[in-house]
Amino acid sequence: MPTLTSQGLTELKLKANDVRQGIIRSLLSAGSGHSAGPLDMSDIFTALYGHLIRHNPREPEWSERDRLLLSCGHIAPVRYSAMANFGYFPVEELLTLRKFGTRLQGHPERVRLPGVETTSGPLGEGLAQGVGMAYGAKLDGRPFRVWVVTSDAEHQCGLHWEAVLTGAKFRLDNLTAIVDRNFIQIDGSTEDVMPLEPLAEKYRSFNWEVFECDGNDIAQFIETAERAMRIKDKPQVIIAHTVPGKGVSFMEGDYTWHGKPPNAQQAEEALRELTQARQGMVAHE
Amino acid sequence: MSSGTRLLDEAAAATHLLDYRGGELKQVPTRNGFGEGLIEAGTLDRNVLGICADLSESTRFEGFKKAHPDQYIEIGVSEQLLVAMAGGLASVGKIPWIASYAMFNPGRSWEQVRTIMALNETNVKIAGAHAGVSVGPDGATHQAIEDIAIMRVIPHMTVVVPCDSVQTKKATLVLSARWGPAYLRFGREKSAVFTTDETPFEIGKAQIFREGSDVAIVACGILVYNALLAADALARNDGIECRVVNNHTVKPMDEAAIVDAAETCGAVVTVEEHQKHAGMGSRVAEILAQRRPTPIEFVGVEDTFGQSGDPVELIEHYGMGVDSIASAARRAAKRKR
Repeated sequence: MPTLTSQGLTELKLKANDVRQGIIRSLLSAGSGHSAGPLDMSDIFTALYGHLIRHNPREPEWSERDRLLLSCGHIAPVRYSAMANFGYFPVEELLTLRKFGTRLQGHPERVRLPGVETTSGPLGEGLAQGVGMAYGAKLDGRPFRVWVVTSDAEHQCGLHWEAVLTGAKFRLDNLTAIVDRNFIQIDGSTEDVMPLEPLAEKYRSFNWEVFECDGNDIAQFIETAERAMRIKDKPQVIIAHTVPGKGVSFMEGDYTWHGKPPNAQQAEEALRELTQARQGMVAHE
Repeated sequence: MSSGTRLLDEAAAATHLLDYRGGELKQVPTRNGFGEGLIEAGTLDRNVLGICADLSESTRFEGFKKAHPDQYIEIGVSEQLLVAMAGGLASVGKIPWIASYAMFNPGRSWEQVRTIMALNETNVKIAGAHAGVSVGPDGATHQAIEDIAIMRVIPHMTVVVPCDSVQTKKATLVLSARWGPAYLRFGREKSAVFTTDETPFEIGKAQIFREGSDVAIVACGILVYNALLAADALARNDGIECRVVNNHTVKPMDEAAIVDAAETCGAVVTVEEHQKHAGMGSRVAEILAQRRPTPIEFVGVEDTFGQSGDPVELIEHYGMGVDSIASAARRAAKRKR
């Protein structure tokens, strides 16, 4: 993996901005879908596709690619926008999100869109599949790594913890889970709906190596992920603290944006903010 | 074929059946056939894995574990994980067999089966052990009699219910080598072995085990044996000649064989160790309602749960014994137009 230069970091920040704009455009076109989670995970998906994972957009089924699973399928718009912006398909296709006949289903389907690795949406299932992939890689001595992006609220699912137990049992050090710790879910704050804290201690007691970072700081996330990748004999989790709706001021920190899209006026406002932010980055550079 | 057996009729000869009327048949649990088949499958293809949820002895994983320790994974009491982890393994090229009691997998894990195996199209095979009331003393909590219904309704799924241990072994081997999500259902209790190594077996191809043109008895699982005995009694005592169809593949069902049975006999009895609602017989009814409306009688559990007891006693109590099948055939014969 190349060292991250300051120019490389700026390019990633610009890319994350592109990803956010793609999310807003696709959600406006769809007329339904989730806003807060996709926006807050734009930096991490950009860091993964742009720097951390081994992949080839022209050959999405390349057998030795790193596996990047999105367990919380409802934030699919960020994955789609990242894939489009990193060359998996034309960005115009983002406007087909959730429409009849699209490859960009409301929740991602592997069979329709190669590269999404698995079909997700029903929560709590991604890590378990990641455990299977990581186990399979070990079994055959294949060097690929498995990354699983999870939401915080899906830590309320029993199956997720079955997978946490299993990852530790088999010492799957080729497995890294990422938690989008934004503290929101449909019905409110995770800590009101069903408290998850102390989350890091839970993982530690399950024999995972735990890292925490600012999930909206690309450089910090990359540095954290690189430390995680050096861990031997243990799976790792990165609890990434994110701001829901990050990048769009009127959505930031407001759980009511969990499950709804912007209307035309809100989308225009969001895109104006993002464009301004982008110009700021270029000027700064 | 072992010595001292004789053939019964042309259909039995064509399918190389042992003499189910007179000779002493071996009694072997269908699960043993799974265990034996899996060991062979694991030798033929090293990608075949066995994943166990704390039931290695009763699902007959023990032999596979000894023969192929590197292909065996123990994950404890986590049936949802069983399916999800297997989905991950399948997507990196493995052929995982996941075994538990049918009540827990696919009973507990149904949504994972639908999403991760079927919608996601992964090459995972479920071995559903201890299906039916013939589980016996464990009681209703452990007796899966709804599993055919919940599996046959899922797109892309193959559902196979073999009739004895020899056929269960064949099904295990065939499903291992055939791409696609599949459900293999079998039981706990010893049951008669009446097919042989020479008996053909093809997924989606129903078998005529006895020829007759008065009533067609369409059965699956260990009750195929009861169906044969019932057909024999009906011929002897009532002059009713039954065709007996081993309808081992519930999905995709051999529609041509079902329609042909209905056309030839004009009346049908379905027999399964499962709820009458939504099971194999219901699929037969769906096919015939559309293609060849025919009087049908259903033998199975009548919208109730099982209980503890001796397996044979339970089969009798819930109306799936030889006499119950014969009565159903008489009723069906009377309803013919």
